[in-house]
Amino acid sequence: MVGFIFRRFFQLVILLFGISFLVFSSMYLAPGDPASMIGGPTASKEDVEAIRDNLGLDDPFLTQYGRYVVDLVQGDLGYSYQNQQSVAEAIGVRLPNTLKLAIASMIVAIVIGILTGLISALKQNSWLDVGATTFALAGISIPNFWMGAVLILIFSVNLQILPVGGLSSPWYTVEGVKELILPAITLGTGAAAMIARMTRSSMLEVVRADYVRTARAKGVKEREVIWIHTLKNAMIPVLTVIGVNFGSLLGGTIITEKVFAINGVGRLMIDAIAARDFPMVQGSVLLVATLFVVVNLVVDVVYTYIDPRIKYQ
Amino acid sequence: MGEALLEVKNMITEFRTADGYLPAVRDVSFSLNKGETLCIVGESGCGKSITSLSIIGLLPSNGRIASGEIKFEGEAIQSHTSEQMRQIRGNQISMIFQEPMTALNPVLTIGYQLREPLMIHEKLSKKEAHKKGIDLLKSVGIPYPEKRMNQYPHELSGGMRQRVMIAIALSCNPGLLIADEPTTALDVTIQAQILDLINDLKQEYHMGVIMVTHDMGVVAEVADRVMVMYAGKKVEEGTVEEIFNHPKHPYTIGLLNSVPDVDKPDFELEAIPGSLPSLNQQIHGCRFHERCKFAKETCKQQEPPAFDLSHSHSVSCWLEAEEVINQ
Repeated sequence: MVGFIFRRFFQLVILLFGISFLVFSSMYLAPGDPASMIGGPTASKEDVEAIRDNLGLDDPFLTQYGRYVVDLVQGDLGYSYQNQQSVAEAIGVRLPNTLKLAIASMIVAIVIGILTGLISALKQNSWLDVGATTFALAGISIPNFWMGAVLILIFSVNLQILPVGGLSSPWYTVEGVKELILPAITLGTGAAAMIARMTRSSMLEVVRADYVRTARAKGVKEREVIWIHTLKNAMIPVLTVIGVNFGSLLGGTIITEKVFAINGVGRLMIDAIAARDFPMVQGSVLLVATLFVVVNLVVDVVYTYIDPRIKYQ
Repeated sequence: MGEALLEVKNMITEFRTADGYLPAVRDVSFSLNKGETLCIVGESGCGKSITSLSIIGLLPSNGRIASGEIKFEGEAIQSHTSEQMRQIRGNQISMIFQEPMTALNPVLTIGYQLREPLMIHEKLSKKEAHKKGIDLLKSVGIPYPEKRMNQYPHELSGGMRQRVMIAIALSCNPGLLIADEPTTALDVTIQAQILDLINDLKQEYHMGVIMVTHDMGVVAEVADRVMVMYAGKKVEEGTVEEIFNHPKHPYTIGLLNSVPDVDKPDFELEAIPGSLPSLNQQIHGCRFHERCKFAKETCKQQEPPAFDLSHSHSVSCWLEAEEVINQ
């Protein structure tokens, strides 16, 4: 198991190089000149030229990328083109907000998703099932930004029971939890819907399994038939969906942070793209990629606890 | 003749389908004594498994016992609530299934699955149940039982898993063991071991055993009495000698003729032509007449009642009617 985790981290390093190369080249090829963005509309041609020279933007592509990688392996993510701030520092300040949002959304997604899936599987073809399936379809179809805006309209503007945006209080206070509710629902609903659908179909498959019939033949109470004999088996494919959805959820933070005015990595990234702030974009993308890989590694490790047939050497 | 353990009278089991309720078991009656093995034989889909699932109350959600009576140790259980049936299952009536590879839960240890019925029905503590579990594994011939308790099903072979299933089924000393094709999925050598094991344990615990099978070799090995089913109906019933030496129903004869015999190299395998009618097929008269080479006009008109040939042998076939009347 330790060897397996070690190997996965080695893979992560290779993966990050690949990602950094892709992001670097797409930023290089993208239209727009960071030097003139930095200089602003009033800068003279000479000023822009000086900035470009200063940042090494005239060097050949591979020289620029090589310089970036050499810094990167030394743990240096570079400095922002816009304000000379350290990229690592800028991300470090905003990461807690993004993590809070992502974790809260994942909790919303997992709790709502599994419960909805369970109910609709156990009451198959009832109106509860129809309702849950409809919810799941709607959850997948409704775009983030629209749902966020509607939630704000209902709960913040009309009912005035939840704040409009921002994450300023610590998460363990009542205020902090209140601030997280709307963004977490906005971001988590899509994943909840996916998890609900997978839970439903997986449960429906497992309740027909021979070993569930065996449990009933032993006289096991119905509650335990569901919670012990069925659920644990049904969770194996659901876990995969949870891991994969975490990726799209991280992508979703970009929009959700914008809608709810949360100062997080997603917003940092979108602002940096608009400003052609290459080091900042690079740094945030690498961070998101690392998070995604680590979460899926955790999922792989959790597999071994749920399913004894899975063993990593 | 021992005392009656199980009596099934005029049982009809139906399934809800798109075409309405269709009977899969049609008016079947039989009984079983303590310490006796009854084999229910017939082709796949003839209702033999459904008969056994009806007794233990494990019909699929679209199935129901429409009428009839099931008496277990003198008590009618067909209208028991699901909670009453749960207390009987695994305790007084146990069942083992065809597919040992999938019948055990892959994510729970053998020990957990073995302790469960002991803790539910006998109210043993986890520690006591663990100890008894080890004894049970020993009694079904599993080596290193202490080690097995902590293993998962995928670490055991098919034969071993079926032994575990038997240990689970027998954990609470049931009066009745229902075995639904327990050896069909196993190697021939393992088959014989499992059948011997069931036979030995039957004697040790003085259980009644209902063995559902389509394998006449298994029947010859373990049965005291045999019930032959065709398309949801009982067509013949008798002691194992009566069925093998004096089969009366053309379907029983067909089943016996479709077993190869190594001692007689000239013996021609004789398949029964046609196939089992589907549930929703309307058949007038005897349900077998379309596949029966002896079918007469009466067979197409009227369903044959059961004719008693001896106190243990009965057959539902018009061909036997004249003989019985003549006697």
